[in-house]
Amino acid sequence: MNALTPFLPTIAALVKIGLLVGGLMTAAAYLVLVERWMAAWVQDRKGPNRVGIPLTKIRLFGLGQPMADGLKIIMKEDFTPRHVDKVLYTVAPLVILAASLAIFAAIPFGSVLPPLGIPGLPDPVPFLVAPGLDVGVLWVFALSSIAVYGVLLGGWASNNKYGFLGGLRSSAQLVAYEIPLGLGLLGVVLAAGSLKLDAIMNAQAESGIWYAFAQPLGFLVFLVASFAEAARLPFDLPEAEQELVGGYHTEYSGIKLLLFLVAEFLHMVTAAFLIVIMFLGGWHLWGVTGSSQEVTWLGAFIRFGVLSAKIFGVILFFMLVRWSWPRFRFDQLMNLAWKVMLPLGIANLVTVATIEEFRPQLVAALGAGPAAAIALAAPWAVFFLGWIAAGMLTPSGTDNTPIRTHNMLDAERSLRGQDLVEV
Amino acid sequence: MKPTDAAVTWIEEKPLGLAERLYLPLFVQGLTTTARHLVSPKVTVSYPEQRPKVGNPLIYRGVHRLNRDTEGRVKCVACFLCATACPAHCIDIVATDSPWPDREKYPESFAIDELRCIFCGMCEEACPVDAIELTSLLDLTGKSREEMIFDKEKLLSVYDMTKDSEPMKSASLGGTL
Repeated sequence: MNALTPFLPTIAALVKIGLLVGGLMTAAAYLVLVERWMAAWVQDRKGPNRVGIPLTKIRLFGLGQPMADGLKIIMKEDFTPRHVDKVLYTVAPLVILAASLAIFAAIPFGSVLPPLGIPGLPDPVPFLVAPGLDVGVLWVFALSSIAVYGVLLGGWASNNKYGFLGGLRSSAQLVAYEIPLGLGLLGVVLAAGSLKLDAIMNAQAESGIWYAFAQPLGFLVFLVASFAEAARLPFDLPEAEQELVGGYHTEYSGIKLLLFLVAEFLHMVTAAFLIVIMFLGGWHLWGVTGSSQEVTWLGAFIRFGVLSAKIFGVILFFMLVRWSWPRFRFDQLMNLAWKVMLPLGIANLVTVATIEEFRPQLVAALGAGPAAAIALAAPWAVFFLGWIAAGMLTPSGTDNTPIRTHNMLDAERSLRGQDLVEV
Repeated sequence: MKPTDAAVTWIEEKPLGLAERLYLPLFVQGLTTTARHLVSPKVTVSYPEQRPKVGNPLIYRGVHRLNRDTEGRVKCVACFLCATACPAHCIDIVATDSPWPDREKYPESFAIDELRCIFCGMCEEACPVDAIELTSLLDLTGKSREEMIFDKEKLLSVYDMTKDSEPMKSASLGGTL
């Protein structure tokens, strides 16, 4: 015992915060580079490959590009237009970035360290800023909604039609997709029996069956909804460049714009973290990481590496989809959310709840093996049935047939398919 | 034309089949296309280190050159046809009596303002003795406007620089001069 002991948990938390925020900011900067590379490669270009170490001719495949990009945008004039609401205009980027970073307080970025044996520090030390938080998932979703608030504020405070439309679209889209997102999540929470993200990972590691395999429909719904939540193509309507200039950040420049862009990338990173933690097993990989809570130093870093690799893979998938897919129209977006994703999410939830409810009876009646097989097969059956039903019954497409007449009355008739009385 | 016009042929959109409604085949199709392009060879030319490939240097319209004859003299006879043909008025010739017996005049000075030039190739077309030609040099840079006015020596040096890679067009086309 020495004078520092009471402060050790605080110091540990501060160290974790420092590592996490530093890592996230660097990651966001380099993800911009990765995004530009992916964009270039998909279009048969080479992408940024010139900027290396400053003042030398060493290029390093363009790895110096984030520094140049960051420096450029920081040096730009931070212009505040006259017509904006000054307070909200300044607060909006801060809100969105603070919320995007605070989300990571509850998101584990690895498994646990081996026991350090330092008195006053709880052992083992988890890779998590706020390990005591019992409602990690709720915290994540509450704060991601606050981030939406930043987008709305930015759009509103800009006092600009493009910005306003971007904010408006964003609010409708995010409200619509929070519901499938939550439904996809509820299945996982039900199965794992905990709202703590590290507990969800541990549950997958112990059973060895990732929730993506146990709840394919939930995974699908969650994946699509997280694309929409992160406002990535094909759901990037809040900032559709071709229609809205820049969407909610049209009026922003300089460092405020940078905060928005960083927050956007952090949303994508958050979405990737959640997908990996909740559905793709987190740090678990069969035969590599083991599943117990006792790890060696090497094991701890292998787990951290596996988690990071999976997250990077999901982010690459996000970026690849961006170039594979055209943007949805707004009505199609809403149709997809309310008519397809919501019912599918409910179907998944009902399936999972039923299985969890009757699992003890199944095990008692059939034995552990067949019960597990049924618990695995039933969600897949629901997955295929649900998907086919969604395709057959409620297509998210709409009737795009052009109106083939100049006569407005005929047009009305052909639209409504009924006789109208001529006035 | 009105949509009701008899000349308008309306083509019915095909109804979506099951595969399209299920979205999965389209999804896989889209991803394979992008994934294929992701790893396919790139078309980018890393410019200063790597020169872009000019399709046919003989018909490319780049920087001008003034050709020399077999004795190394400037071929130009100062007839002013190129300056007359030039739509941008970028050619400035000062003619004087030729010191050689085979022609009456030769250019004392011959300047082309490369900034005014529109690289239309009319001068090349007009020249009766194939003295002015456009090369396939395409990166034309300078630090001042004055530097971009190419005088006779400069134009002759362009010829010296390019004569091996791009032989005179008249020769390759069977010309005599």
